[in-house]
Amino acid sequence: MHPITVDNLSKSYGGQMAVNAVSLSVDAGETFALLGPNGAGKTTIIEILEGYRKRDSGTVSILGFDPQTAERAFRERIGIVLQSTALEPDLTVRETIDVYARFYPRPLARDDLLSLVGLADNAQKRVSALSGGQQRRLEIALGLVGDPDLIFLDEPTTGLDPDARRNIWNLILELNQFGKTILLSSHYMDEVEALAHRIAVLVDGQIVAEGTSHSLREIHGGYTEIRFHVGNDDLPGSFPAPLRQITFIERGWAVLEARNPTPVLADLTKWAFSQQFDLAHLSVTQPSLEEIYLTLTRGRRSERDGRGAK
Amino acid sequence: MLFWQTLYQLRLFSRRPAALFFVIIMPLIMFVVFTVLFGNELIPGTEVTTAQFYAPALAVFGAVQACYTYLAVSTATARDQGVLKRIRGTPLAPITYILARILAVTAIAIAAVLVVMVVGILFFGVAVFPEKLPMAAISLFTGCFSFAALGMLVCALSRSSETTQAVVSATLLPLAFISDVFIRPFREIPQWVTTLSDIFPLKHFSTSFSHAFRADKAGSGFNWIIGDEIYAALPNLAVMAAWGIAAAAIAAYTFKWDPKGEI
Ligand SMILES: Nc1ncnc2c1ncn2[C@@H]1O[C@H](COP(=O)(O)OP(=O)(O)OP(=O)(O)O)[C@@H](O)[C@H]1O
Ligand SMILES: [Mg+2]
Repeated sequence: MHPITVDNLSKSYGGQMAVNAVSLSVDAGETFALLGPNGAGKTTIIEILEGYRKRDSGTVSILGFDPQTAERAFRERIGIVLQSTALEPDLTVRETIDVYARFYPRPLARDDLLSLVGLADNAQKRVSALSGGQQRRLEIALGLVGDPDLIFLDEPTTGLDPDARRNIWNLILELNQFGKTILLSSHYMDEVEALAHRIAVLVDGQIVAEGTSHSLREIHGGYTEIRFHVGNDDLPGSFPAPLRQITFIERGWAVLEARNPTPVLADLTKWAFSQQFDLAHLSVTQPSLEEIYLTLTRGRRSERDGRGAK
Repeated sequence: MLFWQTLYQLRLFSRRPAALFFVIIMPLIMFVVFTVLFGNELIPGTEVTTAQFYAPALAVFGAVQACYTYLAVSTATARDQGVLKRIRGTPLAPITYILARILAVTAIAIAAVLVVMVVGILFFGVAVFPEKLPMAAISLFTGCFSFAALGMLVCALSRSSETTQAVVSATLLPLAFISDVFIRPFREIPQWVTTLSDIFPLKHFSTSFSHAFRADKAGSGFNWIIGDEIYAALPNLAVMAAWGIAAAAIAAYTFKWDPKGEI
């Protein structure tokens, strides 16, 4: 049985669909990422799964529970890290952990937990004296303190510096090695690519693409980009017409896009060789996931905005 | 679990100097200042000294500061900070959390009352009557329950800690002036003021508690019939309990754990 099964989930706020017919399932031990821009509906979905918000329709099963009605037994097995920090500033790190540890039947040992999240040296510090990254790690510690099977992380690294982000990435990878199932949300393509087995791209409450980072590349970015520098010059008249059809000039670069790059490259290099043309800075690349993500989200938005304008 | 949560709430209180001051120290200062200012003699037309009037009255004020003001504002602040939402996501039973908060403020209220009363007894000649102490304690607990319920109600009905703070001050301070808490009796009070203060629970709290420290009020307080020379606290308790139960019911129904009001 999947730890998370969501079928046809919808939720609207005042007539506006925040989540629109979302279905997904997450395997045990898998890290699954919801990727999307601001307002895409990531928090709404996560908080429905955590039991904080009520859904309008659809079915949700988390570890076999319906979060809308489940209480204690369900909460003992999940760990929650909310999008916004929520800590008592007047307590020390150690006291904060101790308070939450008492809620669970089999809490992790405090000192193990503190070294796991890298706060062992700050145990005696007041929460108000911690840096943003340290507070975020303390929050993650509170999500882990009950030794949950399933962990929800809503934008665990937003607002952190690159170093602190890496720390948290390593922590999440480590948790996954312990066999935890993780559902996380993020704005960052590099983050989900580094952490998640599978990714769902969410735009305006709908999943527009889903799969491993590899399959997203295959399906949505299945073309290869060949580019070389031309500077201010135009392409020579001898440039073959079939190639010209798939070429555009972009800020001094000639860019060719092709699903199957081999014959294109063959034609291009054959022409350049025979004409003694210098293919300056020639490169052959796959579009980055970042670009695929931007294409997916922008495409979606302009489609919607176009419709709205009519 | 309830015990640990209560201790935790008490620890939070002890880390907040401003709260400590307004709940424990301020009533004591007011008591000492009023008594010294007015002179600790018999209040004209009555058989009580200034200290005898103000010690229990300001002890009650301290209790209300704890159970009403501090409970409402600290709970609303915890909600603003997202702490309540986080708690709601753990296996801790919500009712345990709320009860722990209420138990903690009751303990704080007892401390505030003891501070003022002990100073009054030791230094300002406030008399104690052992046969009336049980009713004084019952009155204190009933008052704490009633005002804690009202505090939770204010917190439940307002969306932010700022609103909560404003509502609490705007309700408590005017009421304290007409409920024999801040102002000792000095002349005939207009009837409508008396009627008004009789409706709200604060005067019933101050009366039922204060009369336990008065030589001119006879009996142990377990009495329904009010008379000038009798300590009859049961009607006061009934009014406080009615307010408390009504407030608790509405608060339980409307209380939200997260600032956006989703849960
Ligand atoms: N409590 C609410 N009341 C009204 N509208 C809401 C509420 N919560 C969310 N929404 C709306 O639902 C949509 C999705 O919001 P949500 O917070 O789920 O997005 P998100 O993907 O988490 O965004 P972000 O990356 O900014 O955190 C937004 O349009 C938002 O305005
Ligand atoms: Mg969000």
